[in-house]
Amino acid sequence: MIRSEILREIAPILHDQLVVCNIGLPSQELHMIDDNAKNFYMLGTMGLSSSIGLGLALSQPKTVISIDGDGSVLTNLGTLPTIANNVADNYILMIIDNGSYGSTGDQPTYAGKKTKLEKVAEACGCENVVVCIDVDTGKVLQAAIDSKKMTVIVVKCDSGNIKLPVITMDPVVIRDRFMKAVAS
Amino acid sequence: MSIDKKIVDDMVANGISFVTTVPCKQLAGVIEEVDARPEIFHIPSNKEDEGMGLCAGAWMGGKRPAIIMQNTAIGVTINTLATLTQYYRMPLPMIISYRGELREPVACQVEMAVHTKALLAQMHIPTYHFHKESDASELDAILKYTFMCNKPVAILTDASFWGGYGDQ
Repeated sequence: MIRSEILREIAPILHDQLVVCNIGLPSQELHMIDDNAKNFYMLGTMGLSSSIGLGLALSQPKTVISIDGDGSVLTNLGTLPTIANNVADNYILMIIDNGSYGSTGDQPTYAGKKTKLEKVAEACGCENVVVCIDVDTGKVLQAAIDSKKMTVIVVKCDSGNIKLPVITMDPVVIRDRFMKAVAS
Repeated sequence: MSIDKKIVDDMVANGISFVTTVPCKQLAGVIEEVDARPEIFHIPSNKEDEGMGLCAGAWMGGKRPAIIMQNTAIGVTINTLATLTQYYRMPLPMIISYRGELREPVACQVEMAVHTKALLAQMHIPTYHFHKESDASELDAILKYTFMCNKPVAILTDASFWGGYGDQ
């Protein structure tokens, strides 16, 4: 499965949660599949989905899912020790690991070569690291939500993209409706 | 009252309860004070752009954040300031150690010091420069201003403000 197929499959699970979604195609895909106020779309700032999600999870009690990519985690690798050392049991980092920089033309990442992000996360001190294949994503994600334990999920999937439009919604509108959903 | 305590008192009085820090010798006392306060969740970050991401999340979660860092971080965080903090219109007080100013012993620090105010001006970031200890009396008003206008705001604190660097 490619990322957009995974997002389509897990959309019913994501629908009830606060989701911080990675820049580029992941946000565009989620926006197309199930746009709602509980989604925070990143329009820029590659690498910070996990950091924004952690800050949010540490500041309020609702479950937060950061959807990230292997390339974006590599961009902000310092995030993993920060996550490990500041446990928020309402936080799930879901890394869609397709071994490539999807939004820029599927150039290979080091995670698609020798680097294993799950081992990096464990070495950083993350306690619940789950690796799964694409078809198991929904099951694993639901289990992580139900566990109420901070979890890092690395979803191994195929590289590939669908064509879809950019998000034209104003960033302040995205942020404002998201904050209202957080506070509701 | 120590200046470290006064700075953190002002932060707490303005409802700041989530502070991320990157270590700094000049700001070590402030960081220690932040860490000691029960009103503040202190989360050290490994890089300042990561810290700004944490602060963005905390603010959307209902907390008032702040970041404590060195001025070298302005070079690291331009993209994050433009595409996250400013683009989504979020408040962020940045308490910054202004290295490379008068009394600086490390020559390389001057290389970023000469760009610091120009970069902040180019980014249209309101900037305040604490040079004398009495300048800190404006901190309370600066923090109120930051959360009024929902912008990143820079507070540069130089070596003279801290009573010298390397010779204190």
